[in-house]
Amino acid sequence: MKTLMFLPVAALFTATPAFANDGRSGGKLLLTDGISSVEGSAGGGLATWAVIAGNETDRGIGASAHGTLVALPDFTLRAAGAAVGIYDRVELSYTRQMFDTEAAGSALGLGRGFTFAQDIFGAKLKVAGDAVWAQDRWLPQIAIGAQHKIAVQGAVIAAVGGRRRTGTDIYVAATKLILSQGLVVGATARWTRANQFGLLGHGGDHGDARRIAPEASIAKLLSRRLVVGAEYRAKPDRLAFARETGAWDAFAAWAPQRNLTLTTAFVDLGDIATFRRQRGLFLQLQGAF
Amino acid sequence: MILIAVVLAQAAVPAGEDPVPPYVQRDANAGAVPFADAAMWRAFHGSDGVARIVDAFVARNAADPRIADIFKGQDLVRLRRVLKEQFCYLLGGGCTYSGRDMKTAHKDMGVQAADMGALVENLQSAMAAERVPFGAQNRLLARLAPMKRDVVTR
Repeated sequence: MKTLMFLPVAALFTATPAFANDGRSGGKLLLTDGISSVEGSAGGGLATWAVIAGNETDRGIGASAHGTLVALPDFTLRAAGAAVGIYDRVELSYTRQMFDTEAAGSALGLGRGFTFAQDIFGAKLKVAGDAVWAQDRWLPQIAIGAQHKIAVQGAVIAAVGGRRRTGTDIYVAATKLILSQGLVVGATARWTRANQFGLLGHGGDHGDARRIAPEASIAKLLSRRLVVGAEYRAKPDRLAFARETGAWDAFAAWAPQRNLTLTTAFVDLGDIATFRRQRGLFLQLQGAF
Repeated sequence: MILIAVVLAQAAVPAGEDPVPPYVQRDANAGAVPFADAAMWRAFHGSDGVARIVDAFVARNAADPRIADIFKGQDLVRLRRVLKEQFCYLLGGGCTYSGRDMKTAHKDMGVQAADMGALVENLQSAMAAERVPFGAQNRLLARLAPMKRDVVTR
């Protein structure tokens, strides 16, 4: 895990030198930094994309912050965090997720309002391609990254069959804007054993090995400031006590001005902890510079 | 003889413009393949529409605090003319592009990626003011975007 954290830092140092005096803030076109996923990485709301957070270009440093609410029939997920984008090549992020079981907590024997939480530390490195400007090349923008997740409810996680409280997802993401069609397309392969994004730990009764879980996104530009799209994210199903399914959403992201993106989505997180069909509303406010 | 050659050289520069170092003129200097039919030319309202867009685009750039410095001291008369030729050529309007290639034209300007971003936004504003449909705007931008490789040098 420490080796993974070293990678983006090393990239930062090799990328610095010759233009130390040419630093420049901003410069990205509207919405090309994506929104924040529920784990705090730049992308869609569920899927992580190859784009780097912040409004900066290769000559600057940018940042973003998000507040996210997912209102489900039986639970509420809240997330908040921030990310830094360095020369449009490295992204470092931190997000805290809180999953409130509300009344369902009593039914689950945990107590009303019992809350699962986790801290997610993310690092992403753009390794090839260009999503936005290289419209004459098929090669998408490709990034590799990791999300190290530290959940808090260790005793409950163990009780429901989770093997470990902390874990690291590793992914490869590919993203491309097909400007002539006004489309954004993305695909991500995530190597994971996280239960419910990691809120219920990692690994379980149905196996402890990490496996590839795919993510796919498609979006349509309606105007400079408005993008609509849909995403799908497969999830491992490792805990015998409750089936876990993939998640999908249909979203609209709006940038009323340069530093603000508001996103609303219909989201279907599937079955969670024996509560079926958790479909609801995703809302996010993201500020960036 | 020498006097005649000098007079001819002076006459070759269009009125109101400054001379530029000699270069090979060809349509390929425009930096992208033109659209095959006239649908895009119509979407941009022909030569009047393109003229309005280019004039508005250059005015916005010269007034934009992010990039105004790049346009200071540039020959804006020539710029407006060659841009109109370039857009007309690319949009299937049938013009000849008589300007320089993108690399030569932007050499030593020290353009950064953020400048290119500002430029695209100003072009988007000019196209929106002309009421060019959003899809057509993006189809043109898709042809212009790869020029970033030659335009951005810093």
